[in-house]
Amino acid sequence: MAIFGLGQIINKAGGLVYQRNFAEGLAQLTSNEYLVLAGTLHGIHAITSRLSPVGSSSGAQVIEGETFKMTILLTITGTKFVLLTSLSETTVEAMLQKVYDIYGDAVMKNPFHTPEMPIRSERFDARITALIGTGS
Amino acid sequence: MAYSQPHPRLSVLSTSSQSSTEHLSPTTTSTRFSLPSAPSIQSTLAKSSLPNRPNIYDRNLNKTRIVEVSASAYAFLFSELVQYTQSRVSGINDLERRLNTLGYRVGTRVLELMSWRAEASSKTPKREIRFLPALMSIHTQLWKAVFGKPADAIEKSVENADEYMIIDNDPPFERHISVPRDMSQLSCSSFTAGIVEAVLDGLGFPARVTAHNTPNSQYPTRTTILIKLEKSVLEREDLLKQ
Repeated sequence: MAIFGLGQIINKAGGLVYQRNFAEGLAQLTSNEYLVLAGTLHGIHAITSRLSPVGSSSGAQVIEGETFKMTILLTITGTKFVLLTSLSETTVEAMLQKVYDIYGDAVMKNPFHTPEMPIRSERFDARITALIGTGS
Repeated sequence: MAYSQPHPRLSVLSTSSQSSTEHLSPTTTSTRFSLPSAPSIQSTLAKSSLPNRPNIYDRNLNKTRIVEVSASAYAFLFSELVQYTQSRVSGINDLERRLNTLGYRVGTRVLELMSWRAEASSKTPKREIRFLPALMSIHTQLWKAVFGKPADAIEKSVENADEYMIIDNDPPFERHISVPRDMSQLSCSSFTAGIVEAVLDGLGFPARVTAHNTPNSQYPTRTTILIKLEKSVLEREDLLKQ
């Protein structure tokens, strides 16, 4: 059974653009800690893109722990979509692609959104909720 | 690198040794390097870029009837349109008014094209002269021509005799727009209202058309286009009724 935890969208400068907790009852971090997490992930992703022993590579895509895994989708424009899930979830990549689709629709086509700035869009929130639900 | 120019005080009309045509054309000057003549470059460029494909303006109007435009491409264009307008206005009313004007310009052309496509091939082209059939044609034909589907409802207001409403449950222009909370009165369907206003004006029913958000539980983006007819139209309708 897959449980979705934290979802984040990080812009190409490393700043946190959107973040959302899905399942209830998970550890709550302060908003400052979310910003630090986003910045750290951005840095790790940049560093890991240089570590490949066989030539050029993208940055880290999956980071696994004992009970969770974190999947990062890097888009062509440098935006990163991050999702924390339980280990048993298999369709995270597809899910992240769909989040990217929704991002393209609800955020980029919205005239009231400034690119690279925090996302404040009801339509985006509603569609993400419809897609991921409550996270379990 | 100047080609031989006439002395500045020499008048162009004077009958000096340099004829006026000679000094205007760069190819006939006596300079050290030769300039390629400008006209031939332009003609080769024009020919090479579009050898056989007709210009979009030369295409048959009837053949392009069923061609569709990418909704995403249009969404980006409309988004930029709203942003462009927003940076030049002072308030919500002004923004709606400008979107209305932009829609008006589209509407005049849509009316022409719609009428041409519908009636040009028939032997007895018709035109609606009464208001209700005109409203019906806007509800179905205009919406189909612009959005690909008829509008969802027409209503007549009970309080005022000169108000009619066209309702769209999911306006295609607004599908990706989330208006921020401090501008919640804004309806980007003012663009659509402008289109309707132009069509009504063209058909001979001057009116003031505005768009309002009327969400209900089933359709949170439901929009109402409110048509307020001018007095002259009502009087004319009364006369024609007898």
